[in-house]
Amino acid sequence: MKKAWSFARDISLYAIKGGPFFYAWMLFLFFFILVGLYTSYRQFSEGLILTGATDQIPLEMFFANFVFTAHVAAAAVLVVAPGYFYHRKDIKELAVIGEIIAMVFVATGITFILYHMGRPDRLFHMIPGIGFLNFPNSMLVYDTIVLNVYLLLNLTGVVYILYNKYVGTFDSKHLARWFTPIVYLAIAWGPLIHIVTAFVLASNARMVPWATAVLPFGFLSMAGASGPALIILIFLLTRKYSKLQINDSIIDLLTTIIAWSLGILMLVFAAEIFSVLYSSTEHAASLKYTMFGHNGLNKYVPWFWGDIGTLIGCFIALLFPGVRRSYNFWLPIVCLLVFFGVLVEKPMVLVFPAFSPSPLGEYTEYHTTLIEFLNVLFIWAVAFLWLTLIIKGAIGILTGEVRYRKSPPRKAVQH
Amino acid sequence: MSEENNTNPEESADLDNSRRDFLRYVCTSSAAALVVASESSAAAVVEEANSADAEVTVAEFFQGHFVLMSDEEKKQAIARLEKRYSAQYGKKTTVSDVAAPDGVLFGYALDMSKCIGCRRCVHACAEENNQSRGESAIQWIQVMKIPKGNISFSAEELEKGYPEKSRFGDYGVQVGGNAYHPAGLTTEGAQSYYQDEAVPDKDFFYMPVQCQQCEKPPCVKACPVRATFRDHAGVVLIDYNWCIGCRMCQLACPYHARRFNWGEPNLPAEEMNPKTHYFGNRPRMKGVMEKCTFCVQRTREGRNPACLEACPVGARKFGNLLDPESDVRKVLATKRVFRFKEEFGTYPKFFYYIG
Ligand code: SF4
Ligand code: SF4
Repeated sequence: MKKAWSFARDISLYAIKGGPFFYAWMLFLFFFILVGLYTSYRQFSEGLILTGATDQIPLEMFFANFVFTAHVAAAAVLVVAPGYFYHRKDIKELAVIGEIIAMVFVATGITFILYHMGRPDRLFHMIPGIGFLNFPNSMLVYDTIVLNVYLLLNLTGVVYILYNKYVGTFDSKHLARWFTPIVYLAIAWGPLIHIVTAFVLASNARMVPWATAVLPFGFLSMAGASGPALIILIFLLTRKYSKLQINDSIIDLLTTIIAWSLGILMLVFAAEIFSVLYSSTEHAASLKYTMFGHNGLNKYVPWFWGDIGTLIGCFIALLFPGVRRSYNFWLPIVCLLVFFGVLVEKPMVLVFPAFSPSPLGEYTEYHTTLIEFLNVLFIWAVAFLWLTLIIKGAIGILTGEVRYRKSPPRKAVQH
Repeated sequence: MSEENNTNPEESADLDNSRRDFLRYVCTSSAAALVVASESSAAAVVEEANSADAEVTVAEFFQGHFVLMSDEEKKQAIARLEKRYSAQYGKKTTVSDVAAPDGVLFGYALDMSKCIGCRRCVHACAEENNQSRGESAIQWIQVMKIPKGNISFSAEELEKGYPEKSRFGDYGVQVGGNAYHPAGLTTEGAQSYYQDEAVPDKDFFYMPVQCQQCEKPPCVKACPVRATFRDHAGVVLIDYNWCIGCRMCQLACPYHARRFNWGEPNLPAEEMNPKTHYFGNRPRMKGVMEKCTFCVQRTREGRNPACLEACPVGARKFGNLLDPESDVRKVLATKRVFRFKEEFGTYPKFFYYIG
């Protein structure tokens, strides 16, 4: 107990100390958190009427961002898997960072869903026993289950690894009996949450643009692009600002994953666009609206082309070794573009235009409200706050700067 | 609930209930809000009404799914609601929980050749069913104004196909100049927000759409908590107190039949219809889904839906699909009937026909 207490204390104390760059970042996040507290209060007291959602477009920015968090959460296994499946030692050391990212992003996704709910106060209706779950029919039920289990799996993994490293009992060759299955389960669970999230969308026959078999493949390839993009950025920052060593070979592996995920994504887009547009039946209406507009409503047209252009550009850029090796300039730029390219795709290409035409032939543009936007920023600010602090604490433990007073001195840090 | 009260029933009922509820929800601070007035008279209800009564009680907040409640719990839930609504709207409100009749499957038929697009059904529905008014107005019926094919084709378009005229003499591989002009029953080109001085417009026909009461309702399948369900007379209903507002049902419905209370509904007290049903027209709250119920509060008592009564041209027929003598069955037997968007495989019990 005493150990657990000092674990929590030491890791928090380490996490909140940093250089000016770190404090500036915290201040930046806190600004949006403060504003967001007020706008969240407004939304929870007055209802979703403060967002841009309507009966024509019932999903708001929150839901779109939720899909994106599922991308990144699922992709975090890409840092965990190589270590455990291919026994790459250097990356196995970093597996815990992947698990932290998965944990924080799943929690963020669940928060987005909370903001999406019309009656968040009644969520207890979904607790089995007290409430009622429409199992096995409702896809949202599956999603709730897989997301929460994924959160738990990663939470267990993170706490187990960090705590044991902290007290000095961690030995990657002799993990606890129960722990190895949990790691493998968590690795399998990553793609699972993503496939289920795709099915939540694809299960609606009337949402013609989503009711396609390529949706999970599109999602997985976008996950494979956006997740590692974020992870590379985190790794580059980490090795610049901390003592933790991260080999170039790990970055290169992740870059390769991004490049080929983008490649597969191009194929998925091409397959979808071809099979919809060649015959151009009434099912093409929504895609045509996104690509070319409809009777003067063309809000999504620049977003669509801009986004596709960005992703194709990033794919081509990553084919050049010069870009892949430019760890301090080109690579971070490409990673940022991929991250935001996939993020922006969610509301502006995947979600909002999919509602036009409606079943009764209406075309609608979505108008995000300021409150909704600030709430989205609030949730992201909280997410990045946690992400920064937890990863920072973890770095302290991985480098051996934070450890239990009485634990035996660590052998050389492996990498 | 009142079997133990022999003296001064009103007061002791209140006391008794407040004690019981208090024990059940010890965690709450305000015991007064928990008092359930069960069998008070109409006048008493309105007189006693104060602002506290108009609030949602803790007991209401924690109530279970209405269908799964015991008879006793149902009675209490109804009493709570009647008290709250009566206080809120300043008039004696009844909330019925009459069950669906046995051996009945409700169905509806609408004559497309008669409908003149006057939207009287839309407004009668809103009044009967206590829909939100004004800025946040909700309407369960949407009337589409669809262009007749007679204005779709023109000689000027003859030369406008693409690609340009070929050696085969046609205008392009696939696209003739008169493509992209909808004709006939299609939602392409349909207008739902027409503001015409006079109806019908001779170049258009009209198609009202409301919940089609699907026999295989995708909305029910999608609801994570079964707040929406199909009753044994085939009507899809919503427990407004159980709905968590996730809007999965709205995503699933191929008829755009569901409406969400994005904010607190705006229902002026003087326009409120106090004769309500738990699953039907009782006032809704912020953040829950609603839609056409075939007027459960009427049809479960053998009356016709309000939209049918309001229709000035008799385009609407309602009845029991299991009874060969009912109006709907006669329509099904003698007219050319179709289901809207039958390709979605939802098997609606709402039929359209050309009279
Ligand atoms: S029309 Fe829509 S709301 Fe009505 S039963 Fe069918 S799917 Fe459900
Ligand atoms: S909005 Fe309500 S009725 Fe619709 S699926 Fe969600 S909980 Fe069920």
